[in-house]
This record gives sequence, C-alpha cells and structure tokens, in this order.
Amino acid sequence: MDGFAKYLVRRFFQFFLVIFLGVSLAFLITNLSPVDPVEQSVALMTSFGATDPRSVELMRQALQELYGLQGTILDQYVSFWGRVLRGDFGPSLSAFPTPVMSLIMSALPWTIGLLTLALVLTWTLGNLLGALAGYYRSNLLLKLSGAAIMALHPVPAYIIGLVLLLALGFIWPVLPISGGAQMNLQPGFTFDYIRSLILHGTLPALTLVLVGIGGWFISMRSLVSNIVTDDHVVYAELGGVNSGKIFSQYVARNALLPQLTGLALSLGNVFGGAVITEFLFNYPGVGRLLIQGIYRGDYSLVLGVTTMSIISVAVAVFIIDLLYPLIDPRVRLG
Amino acid sequence: MFKILRDLLRYNIEFAIGFILTLGVFLFALAHFWAPLPDTAIYLLPPDMPPSAEYWFGTTSRGQDVLWQMSAAIWNTMLFGLTVTIVSRLLAVAVGMISGYLGGKWDQVLMTINDTMIALPNLPILLLVYFVMRDSMSWPVLAMTAALLGWNYDARLIRSVTLSLRSREFTRHAVFAGMSVPQILVRQHLPYVMPVIFFTAMNNLIWAIGLEVTLSVLGFSDINRPTIGGMIYWANQHQAIIAGIWWWMAFPIIAVVLLFLGLFLLAISVNEYIDPRSRLSRMGA
Repeated sequence: MDGFAKYLVRRFFQFFLVIFLGVSLAFLITNLSPVDPVEQSVALMTSFGATDPRSVELMRQALQELYGLQGTILDQYVSFWGRVLRGDFGPSLSAFPTPVMSLIMSALPWTIGLLTLALVLTWTLGNLLGALAGYYRSNLLLKLSGAAIMALHPVPAYIIGLVLLLALGFIWPVLPISGGAQMNLQPGFTFDYIRSLILHGTLPALTLVLVGIGGWFISMRSLVSNIVTDDHVVYAELGGVNSGKIFSQYVARNALLPQLTGLALSLGNVFGGAVITEFLFNYPGVGRLLIQGIYRGDYSLVLGVTTMSIISVAVAVFIIDLLYPLIDPRVRLG
Repeated sequence: MFKILRDLLRYNIEFAIGFILTLGVFLFALAHFWAPLPDTAIYLLPPDMPPSAEYWFGTTSRGQDVLWQMSAAIWNTMLFGLTVTIVSRLLAVAVGMISGYLGGKWDQVLMTINDTMIALPNLPILLLVYFVMRDSMSWPVLAMTAALLGWNYDARLIRSVTLSLRSREFTRHAVFAGMSVPQILVRQHLPYVMPVIFFTAMNNLIWAIGLEVTLSVLGFSDINRPTIGGMIYWANQHQAIIAGIWWWMAFPIIAVVLLFLGLFLLAISVNEYIDPRSRLSRMGA
C-alpha cells in the first residue's frame, strides 16, 4: 500500500505540474507575441467599412477587458488563471455571443469519442500483431502485414487521411467524407442516427488507426523478441508449457507494461493527429474548432481550445497512470 | 565510416533501399538550384497542363511547373526538418547527458521538466504560436518552436545511456585523471551516445518533416515559399481534385511518401546495426 500511495502522490504532483506549466505557457505565448490581439480584432472588425473613432475606442476598451489585458503582466496572469479555473474564456468573436466554453463543450464529446475508439483499436491491434510477429518470427503472413504496417508508420496523418479520402470518398465513393453525422437526422438512440454516426466516423477513425498502429507494432515486436530469449521463457519452453500459454502469460504480459507507459506518453501526439484528421474530414470536434478559430482570427476561441486541450490531455495521461498499478504488481507493492 | 556504409549497403537490404530512396530524393531536391524559372514566380507557364514531354509532371493552376516546384519544395521541407533535428538534438544531448551524469537534484529537476513537456500536446501549442505571430511567422521561428517541443523523448533515452556509462570503469579513471565534467561528457561519453543520437535524429527528422507538411497544408506557414505541404495547400485552394488536376496533388504526395519511407528504412536499419542482438539474429544465430 505504501508503494501505491507514493506512486499516486508522485503522479498527482506531475499532473498538476503539467497543467500549471501548460497553462502558463499558453499565457506566455499569447503575451510575448509581437501581435496585439486587441488591435488585430479591432482591425478585423473595422476593415469592412468606416467606423467612427469613438466607437473604435470603446470597442478597444471592451476587448481589453474581455481578454483580461488590463494591468501589469502579473495581474493579467492571475486573472487568466481565474478565468481558466472558472472555465470562462469569454464569448467567441466568430460566433458572437456564444461563450467559447459552450462551443468547446459541444465539440469535446466528438473528439473524445473518436480518439478513444481509435486509440483502443490502435493499441490493441498494434500490440497483438506486434507480439505475434515477435513470437512467431518465421510466419510469412505476419511478416507481410508487418511490412505493410511499417511502411505506413512514418507517413503523417494528413497524407494518409487525404489518400483515404480520395480513394474511398471520391474515386470509389462508399463512405461519407464530411461531418460527424447526417445533417437531417435527429440525434438520439435511433438506428438511422447510430448508423450514420458509424459511417461518418469510419474514415477519421481509420486514418488515426493507420497512423498509430505502426509505432505500437514496432516497439511490441522488438520487446517480445527480446523477452523470448529470457531465461523464464526458455525454462517454460523446456518444461513443456504449451506455446499459447507461454505467449500470453510469459511473454505478452511482460511486454505490455512499457507499452502502457508509452500510451500515456503518446497521447499528446495522438491528439495532434486528431486535430488534423478532424479538420480534413470536417469532423465536429475540438480540432476543427481550433483550426476554424485560427482562420477566423478568433482570439478567445483559440486560446480557450488550446488551454482546454492541454488540460484534457493531462487528465487522460493521469487516468492511464492510475491504471498502471493494476497491471504492474511491483508498483502496488512498492 | 565508409566501410560501415559499404557493409550496410551490401548486407542490409532495408538500408540499401532506404539509402537509395533518400539519396534519390535528395538529388532531385538539389536540382532546384538549376531550375529554369524562379520557384516563387507564378503565372509564367500555361496553367493546368497535364503531364507531357514538355512538362513532365504537368503545370499547376498557378502556372508553375510541378516538377520544379516539387524539387524546391522538397529542399525547403528537408531544410526545415534538418534545422529542427539539429537544434533539438543539441537540447536532447545536453539535457540527457547532464541529467544522467550529474544525477541527484539536477537529474530530478531536469527529468521533471522533461516529463512535463512530454505530456503537453505539441500541435495546439504550435498552432497557438502561429496564431499570435501571424504574418511575422517565418520558417526559422517555426523551426525553433518545433525544436523546443521535440527534444524531450530522446533526452530520456540519452539519459539512460549516460546513466549506464557513469558506473563504468573508464569514467572513474577519467575522474581520477583530473578531467572536468564537460571533458568527460564530451571526450569520454559522447562517442558512446553518438549511435543513439543518430538513430533518434532520423526519427526526429521524420517527425519534423511531418509537422511541416501538416502546418503548411493548413496554410500556417509562409505560403509563398514552396514546400510539400504548401503545394497541397495551393492545390486544395484551387480545388485541384474536383477540377481533375490530379497531378498537382499526386506527385507531391508520392514524393513525400518516398522520402518518409527512405528515412524510416534508414532509421530502423541503423537501429538494428546498433543493437548487436538483432544483428546476430540476422546472421542466423
């Protein structure tokens, strides 16, 4: 129990540090930049016609208050933290007056759903195939699928997504290529809606799976091929334990530990891939929101999404860290 | 060095393929110095010409030759990737070796920062940097930002190598011989860390190029400077696929996939070369 508590305290500290540093970083980047967000927003709004100087001045003041850009940099930093803790990033400029937070909250379930599904599939499939390929080294089928998976591994998400989009949505149009579900359907637990949800999610999820699977495959295969020569495995083989049991209990279980750590470490990158995939397939998640915010020059939206995604990724990493002691008894016992 | 290269080319088919692919793409990119037209000029050629004897890969809707655009684009993309790789390697080596060799408080502080950085999602931070910089964003600034975000994973790897070197006999000899810490790190330990640096550099290069493609596909870089992502960005802007100008999209994608494949094959075969266990299994032991 002692070891478990120590582990928990350490992880908890790390979790807070990530959030503290991430949020501070977001604040610093926006503050140290040479571009003044207020002036930029004012310029954006006045570019469509002559506005009289007095209302521009009023707008400027209102925006400064809105962005919390009054006072010294320390005051601003404290008020930024206040807004983060209250979850209030002000109204979005491009979807005025909807609060940024409600935009994020309506997009978040899409991203979480897509990412969770894709991650579970990627991790399970990649590890399973990798472990099999490491254990049965001479199997031709495994070798071939391994070569295919590894060829996809270095290609970035956008390129894989684009090729899938062109192949399955354009040249041979079998899947919808845009949106999260069919527009004219009422969301709910109806057969049509769920079917449309699955169809629309297939291409983005497939993209994320194809992008991610190679990394797990490669590291699992090399982990397993190292463990196979370990003494306890050789001993079990000589003792006549059947090979299915050796594979699952002696080899794969040991190799899964570093892979779980890897899952926590990779989340930040996977999120980046999801941002780009969502944008490509016009999927209504946080990633699309972020990129749209950038195109529209929506300062509060971009800052809000960035901060929220830093926090969400940290929470997800923390949850995975909490799962770790369940699999590794050494952490539990200390 | 040349002997290693020769042996790898002769006995390791993956290395040979990767080497030829990367070299081919590099030579192709190098050719842009002899391009007949300046690479940022537009509307100098008839637009939308399909691949022909005159324009091998066709021309774009912006009146550019796809072949020469691609050549310049790959060069710029590789330049970006190499800049990121070199700067982030310097950071990773410095942090990893100092952390591993000094240990104690240094190690704790540096590794806490390191682990914190790993958990931060890179892309949103890069997008935020682009968003606040806007028009004052240039590729060196982007490269520096990417380098600052891209060192942490490998610093851990280098730390673990240094950690094992610290307890070796020759380190103690060096200390007793009166070598200073920088001297030990650079003269005694660096040669052992070199293979790891080389292997991580390949992976980092792949990551950095992927990042560049991603950001410029969205138009979040200097869009007038030809890059692979930038070409796809412009093709999207002109709706090249719907207009049937497939060559504008297809050739850059093929080129960048070949480059990725080449670099990746180099990375895994070098990794295998470094790891003696897998070298033995290749020999059939």
